[in-house]
Amino acid sequence: MTATLSPPRQGHTRFARAGFLMRVRELGIVLAIVLVFVAATSVNPAFARLDSVQQLLIGASIIALMGVGETMVILTRNYDLSIGSILGLSAYVIGMTFRAHPGTPIVLGFLIGIALGAAIGAINGWITTALRVPSLVVTLAMLYVIRGVDGVIVNGSIIGSDVVPRSFQAVGFATLFGIPWMAIIVVVVVAVAAYSLRSFRWARDLYAIGSSPEAADLAGIPAGRRVFTAFVVSGALAGLAGALFLALYAQIDVNGGTGYEFLVIAAVVVGGVAIFGGSGTVAGAALGAFLLNTINQALVATRISAFWNQAIAGALLLAAIAFDQWLKSRMTTKLQLEKGALREQSSD
Amino acid sequence: MPVDASDARPVLELERATKSFGAVRAIVDGTITLYRGEAHALVGENGAGKSTLVKILAGVHAPDSGDLRVDGIDVHFRGPADARDAGIAVIYQEPTLFPDLTVAENIFMGRQPVRAGRRIDRRAMNSAATEIFTRLGVVLDPDRQARGLSVADQQLVEIAKALSLNAQVLVMDEPTAALTNVEVDRLFGVVSTLRSHGAAVLFISHRLEEVFEACQRVTIMRDGAFVRTDPIEMLTVGDVITAMVGRKLDTMFPKTPSHPGDVVLEVRGLSRTGIFSDISFQVRRGELVSLAGLVGAGRSEVARAIFGIDHATAGSVTVDGKPLRLGDPLAAMAAGIALVPEDRRQQGLVMGLGIDRNVGLASLRRLRRRGLIPRSAERLLAEDWARRLQLKFARLTDTVSTLSGGNQQKVVLGKWLARDPRILIVDEPTRGIDVGTKAEVHRMLDDLTSQGIAVLMISSELPEVLGMSDRILVLREGRLVAEIGGSDATETSVMRAATGQEAA
Ligand SMILES: Nc1ncnc2c1ncn2[C@@H]1O[C@H](COP(=O)(O)OP(=O)(O)OP(=O)(O)O)[C@@H](O)[C@H]1O
Ligand SMILES: [Mg+2]
Repeated sequence: MTATLSPPRQGHTRFARAGFLMRVRELGIVLAIVLVFVAATSVNPAFARLDSVQQLLIGASIIALMGVGETMVILTRNYDLSIGSILGLSAYVIGMTFRAHPGTPIVLGFLIGIALGAAIGAINGWITTALRVPSLVVTLAMLYVIRGVDGVIVNGSIIGSDVVPRSFQAVGFATLFGIPWMAIIVVVVVAVAAYSLRSFRWARDLYAIGSSPEAADLAGIPAGRRVFTAFVVSGALAGLAGALFLALYAQIDVNGGTGYEFLVIAAVVVGGVAIFGGSGTVAGAALGAFLLNTINQALVATRISAFWNQAIAGALLLAAIAFDQWLKSRMTTKLQLEKGALREQSSD
Repeated sequence: MPVDASDARPVLELERATKSFGAVRAIVDGTITLYRGEAHALVGENGAGKSTLVKILAGVHAPDSGDLRVDGIDVHFRGPADARDAGIAVIYQEPTLFPDLTVAENIFMGRQPVRAGRRIDRRAMNSAATEIFTRLGVVLDPDRQARGLSVADQQLVEIAKALSLNAQVLVMDEPTAALTNVEVDRLFGVVSTLRSHGAAVLFISHRLEEVFEACQRVTIMRDGAFVRTDPIEMLTVGDVITAMVGRKLDTMFPKTPSHPGDVVLEVRGLSRTGIFSDISFQVRRGELVSLAGLVGAGRSEVARAIFGIDHATAGSVTVDGKPLRLGDPLAAMAAGIALVPEDRRQQGLVMGLGIDRNVGLASLRRLRRRGLIPRSAERLLAEDWARRLQLKFARLTDTVSTLSGGNQQKVVLGKWLARDPRILIVDEPTRGIDVGTKAEVHRMLDDLTSQGIAVLMISSELPEVLGMSDRILVLREGRLVAEIGGSDATETSVMRAATGQEAA
C-alpha cells in the first residue's frame, strides 16, 4: 500500500477563521457610526461639540448595558423580554428607598437595583429551565406582571429629583476627563463581559448551547444551570440599568423603561448577535446600541421628524437579520469549498 | 495483548437491559460485556437496537430495566456527563458538532485546557487538537469553524473528541461509514494502540470485513435482543450474517445484462472553479454508470452541479438533447432527474415530519388532487416503499427522527425512487445500510435500469461499483481520468486510475 498526500487547496483560509466574520461585522458598524456622525455634523456642526458627543455616549450606555445581559441570553437561543420592566421597577424601588430613608448610601441604591433585577432574572431562569416553558413566553408574562406590580406600588405617584440625592444624580452627569461616568461604567462592564465570554469554560458553554442544543446535551453541558445564570445576569444588569436611569433622569414614573426590551434586542441583533443563538459578541452588541443611538440623535440634530427614528431602527434590524442570513449561507458555501481535512490517500 | 477473557474482570457489563420508546420496544435484551484490551464488535440489522444500546452506555437513555456495571460496580448514569466521568467515550452515529464553534473547541468542549485564573488556553487547545489529528494522519485546521465540514471531516472531529478523553472504554457507532480506506486503517492503528494500553473498544459497523479485521470478539443483536457473543475466529462472515438476519442470505446481487438505449443525460465540459473541471460524459437509457474515485475527488460535487444545487462555472447538461438550466434544482426535477444526496440527515429528510410525509415529499405533484394532498395517497405510496425497502418502523406517521440511522437512509432512498425519475443520481446508496438490505438496494437499482431508467451512481465501495456498473468513470482531483467498461474493470484498474498510478 502506497500513500500519498494530496495537495492542499490554497486560498480561502481566512474565511474559515472563526473570528473573521465577527470582525468584519463590527468594523461595518463602526463605519456606519462614522458615516452617520460625519453626515449629521455636515448638516449641523453642533453635533460634533463635546457636550453633544457626551450625550451620544450617555444615551447609548443604558441600552448597551442591558445589551450585555441580553446577548448572554440570546446566545443560548433564549430571549429576555422583561428587562424594560425590570429597569422601571428597579428605578422606582431605589427611588422609594431614597424617599423613605433619605440618608441611604448611594452604593446601597445600586446594590438594591442589582439584587432586585437578579431576583427577577432568577425567577425567569427557573421557570424556563426547570419547568421547560419557552423563555419568550415566560419573560413576556414577566414583562406584564412587573408592570402590574409597578402600577400598584407607584399608585400614581412620581419619584422626582427632590428625593434623589445629588450625589446619586452625579453618576448621571459627572464626567472624568470629559468622559461621562455612565459611559465608563458601561465600558468596564462590556470589557469584563467580552473578556469573560472569550476566556471561560462556562461562557463557551453558552455558545455551545445556542449553537446546537442536542450536541450540548450529549457533551454533558449543564445547560439548565448556564441558561439560568444568563437570565440572572441579564436581570441584574437590567436592575443596574434602572439605577443608572434614575441617576440620569432623576425621576421615574410607572412608564419608565417601557419598550426598552425591543430597543435592546434591536441593538444586539444589529450588533451581530445571531437571533437563533450560538454566535455574537457583547462588543458588537454595544456598538449596535451606539449606532442606533447615534442615528436617533442625528435625526434630532438635523431636525428630521422623530417618527423616522423608529422606522430606521426597524429597517436596520431587518437589514441586519437579512444580511446575517445571507452572510451565513455565503460562509457555509465558502467553508464547504475550503478543503477540510488534508488526507492521505492510498491505492489499496 | 488482549487480556484473557476468562480470568479478567470485565470493565463494562450491560445485562438484560430493556428500553422502550412509547410503544416501540427498541431493546428487549441488551447484553454486552467488554474487557480491557479487547476490541468488541456489535453487529445487527438496521433497527436492531445497536445505537440505542450505545446511548444507554453513554448515559443518554436510562434503561427501563437491567443492570449496568462499570468495573463490577452497579451504576446509574443520570446523563452523558456521568458516563464520561466513568471513563466511557462515545462516538455517535450522527455527528453532533457545534457549527458556530471552532474544530478545537468542538473537541474539548467543557474540558478546554486552562491557564492561570481558569482562563481557556487557546494555543494549548489548538496544539492538542493538532496532535490528535496527527495521530490520525490528517491535517485539519483546529481554528476553523465546524460549519461546512463534510460528513467525513465531521466524523474525524468526533473521533478526535473521543480520543482526547483518554477513556477506558471507547464506543464507536459506525465511525468508518464516511472515511477513506487510509483513515480507516489509521483509526484501527490508533484503536490497537489504545487496546494495548488497556482500553476496551466497542465497534459498530455494517462492513463485516472491518469487523473481522479489527475485532477479537463479536456480539450479534437481532430485533432488540442479544443473539450471541463469540470470539471472532470461531465465526465466518456467513455465520454472522445468518445470526443477524435469522436466515441465509446472498450478500451480492448478480447484475442482469442491460441493454442501453438512447443517450438521456449528456454532460459537456462541466466545471466549477477549484472543485472540478471539464467533466464530460453520457448516460444512456437503462444504463448504470458509476462515478468512482477517492473521497474528495469531486464526485458528489459533480452530482450536485448536475442537479443544480451548486452552480457550475462552465459547461452544459442536456437531457434528451434539450439543454438543462443549470443551478436550478426545480428545472432538474422537472426534467426527470432525482438526486439521493450523500448527507441524508441534513439534505434529504425533514426530521420533524412523519415517514409518510417524507416519502411523499418529492412526489407532491403526482399525489395532488384538486390542489390538496390526500393523506391516503401519501400513505399508500409510503407503505409500498416501506415494504420494498424493508423499513423497520412502528407507524408510518412516526417522525423520521425516531428511526434508526440506516432506516433514515432508506426513507431518503424511497422518497426519490417514489418519484419515478427518468434519471436517478444516487450518492453512496448503501452507506449505513445493513448487509441484508444492501442486496435489496442493488436489486432495486438493477430493476430500475431494466425499466429504462438511467442511473448515475457514486460509491466508495468498490465491490458495489464493480458488481453493478455498465461503465465506470474515474475522477481524480476534480478531473475525469478514466472510463472503464463494467466487465473490464477490476479493483486494481479502478484504484490505479483513482490514485494516478497508471502506467500511461
Ligand atoms: N427516540 C426514539 N423514539 C422512538 N423510537 C426509537 C427512538 N430511537 C430509536 N427508536 C427505534 O428503536 C429501534 C432501534 O433503533 P437503533 O437506532 O438502536 O437501531 P440500530 O441498530 O442502531 O440501526 P442502524 O444500523 O440503522 O443504525 C428502531 O426501530 C428505532 O425506530
Ligand atoms: Mg444505529
